[in-house]
Amino acid sequence: MIDLEQVRKVATLARLELSPEEEEQFTTQLNSILEYVEQLNQLDTADVPPTTRAIEVSNVTRADQKVTFSDRELVLNCAPDREDDYFKVPKILD
Amino acid sequence: MSLIRELHRQLIQKERSAVEITQDYLHRIDALEPELKSFLTITADAAIAKAQQVDAQIAAGEDLGLLAGIPIALKDNLCTKGVRTTCGSKILEGFVPPYESTVTQRLQDAGAIALGKTNLDEFAMGSSTENSAYQTTANPWDTSRVPGGSSGGSAAAVAGGECPIALGSDTGGSIRQPASFCGVVGLKPTYGLVSRYGLVAYASSLDQIGPFARTVEDAAILLGAIAGYDPKDSTSINTEIPDYTANLKPGLDCKGRKIGIIQETFGEGLDPVVDKAVKAAIAQFEALGAEVQTISCPQFRYGLPTYYIIAPSEASSNLARYDGVKYGLRTDNSSLMDMYTKTRAAGFGAEVKRRIMIGTYALSAGYYDAYYLKAQKVRTLIKQDFEKAFASVDVLVCPTAPTTAFKAGDKVDDPLSMYLSDLMTIPVNLAGLPGMSIPCGFDGDGLPIGLQLIGNVLQEQTLFEVAYAYEQATEWRTKTPFLVAS
Repeated sequence: MIDLEQVRKVATLARLELSPEEEEQFTTQLNSILEYVEQLNQLDTADVPPTTRAIEVSNVTRADQKVTFSDRELVLNCAPDREDDYFKVPKILD
Repeated sequence: MSLIRELHRQLIQKERSAVEITQDYLHRIDALEPELKSFLTITADAAIAKAQQVDAQIAAGEDLGLLAGIPIALKDNLCTKGVRTTCGSKILEGFVPPYESTVTQRLQDAGAIALGKTNLDEFAMGSSTENSAYQTTANPWDTSRVPGGSSGGSAAAVAGGECPIALGSDTGGSIRQPASFCGVVGLKPTYGLVSRYGLVAYASSLDQIGPFARTVEDAAILLGAIAGYDPKDSTSINTEIPDYTANLKPGLDCKGRKIGIIQETFGEGLDPVVDKAVKAAIAQFEALGAEVQTISCPQFRYGLPTYYIIAPSEASSNLARYDGVKYGLRTDNSSLMDMYTKTRAAGFGAEVKRRIMIGTYALSAGYYDAYYLKAQKVRTLIKQDFEKAFASVDVLVCPTAPTTAFKAGDKVDDPLSMYLSDLMTIPVNLAGLPGMSIPCGFDGDGLPIGLQLIGNVLQEQTLFEVAYAYEQATEWRTKTPFLVAS
C-alpha cells in the first residue's frame, strides 16, 4: 500500500506540486483504488500474453520524409512565451 | 423517422433554408443554455456563414449530401482549427488549435454545420461532466441530475434539442453512459474505425470518437460520414465502410439474429427498475424473431479494476505534454522545475491529478509488473470471453449503466462509487468492440434507461439493424424531456 512518502515521490515523478491537503487526500484515495484493483490477483495470469492493442494493426509505417507544416506561426502563437521563432522557457543552465 | 432525413427533405424542397434551420437551433441554444450549460463555446457566426454556403449550393441546384446543412455539436476535446479547444481543463485555457481533427474536417467537407463545442469532464475523465473546470451540465430530463459523462454536454445538447446530432468520445463508456442517462442513441465504434487524429488523447489504446443522435438511423448516417481509414492515425483500420443505413427500413425484424444476454451484468448493484426494463427489451427482441440465449462472461467484472490501471497509466504518459512550454497555461517562470510542477498543479483538476498519480505509480520502477502488466494480461482474458461469446451469438445485450442519472454532487467525493457507473461499458473498450446505447424505458421519476448492444469487431451494421428493429417496435423515442416540454 502507498504511504505519504511514496505519494510525494510519485508527485515529483509526475511533475505535480501537491498541497499538504492533497497529499493526505491522495494517500487515502489512492489506497482505496489500489485496494480495489488488488482483486486482479484472484486471476492466474502466469501463461496469459498481455494485450497491448485492442485491435491488431501493427507495423504501420510511412516514408520518412520532411513535410513542412503550413501554419508555423499559428503553432508558435500557442506558446505561453516565445521569442522570435523559439519557445521561451526559464533559464536551464547557470 | 430520421431527423437528418427530415431536415434534408426540408432543405431540398426549399421549405426551410440552412440559415433558418441553423438559426432555429441557435435560438434554442440561447433559450436552454442558462439552465442546461451543455456548450463551452458557441460558434454562431461561423455556423451562419457555413449555412449560407449550403444555401448557395441549393440555389445553384447542386446535389446535396445528407449532412449538408445539418447542425452538429462537437465535444470540446476535438481540435478545431481557429476555434478554442479546452478539454474542460484550465491547462488548455486559451488554446486555439492550429489544425483540424480528421472527423471535424470530414464533417465540414460533408457540409455539416458546427454549432459549437460541448462540455465534458476534464480530459474526458469522469462519468458525470462535473469534472469540467468551467461548468456543470444539467440533465434535460431533470436539471438536478447529471447528464452522465464524460460526453455529457453532447448528450444533453441532443436530448434537449439544441442540435440534431453530436460527436462524443468514449474511453470507458463516455458516449454510451451519457446517452443512457439522457435518453438518446450513442455509439462507440470498433477501435480504429474512426480516426483519432486531432482527438486530444486520454488513454490511446481505448479512445474512440462516435455519434450521438435522437434515432438509430441518424447515428448510422453520422458514423458513415466520420468512419474510414486515415493515414494520420497509425491505429486506423483500412476497411471498406458499408452503407450502415442500407437495411434500415420499416418492417425490419430480428429473425435469424442470435442475441446473448450477459449473465454477469444482472444481480447485485443493478437498480431493479433497470433490470426490469432491460428484461422487457430482451422479450421485445424475442417478439421480433431473435433467438435469445444467456451467455457467461466470467471476467466481465474484472473490467473495471483493469481499466483503472490501464487508463490512468496511458493518461499519465499522454498528459506529460502539458508542461507550460508549447501551448496552454504557464503559471511560473522562476525555474524550469517550478514551471512544470506549479503550472500542472494550477492547471489540472482533482480527478485528472488523481489519475496521473495512479498511472505514474503503476508505471514506476518496481510496480510495473504488478499493476500495468497484470492489467494487460487480464485484458486478454476479457477479450477472450467476448471472442467465445461471439462464436455463438451476433449481438450481446446488457444494461448500459447500473442506474439511471444520479443527482449532481452525489458522487463527487467518492471516486470509486463514480467509477462503478462505468462497470458495464468498460469491458467493451478493453476488447476494442463496438457498443451502443439505446433508450429502453423510464424509471418511476421519468428518467431514461439505456440498453447496451455489443457487437463483434466491425459489426456496427448489425448493431444498427438490431437497434433499429427494436426502436421501430417501441415508442420510447417519442417522449420529450421535461426541460423541452416546459
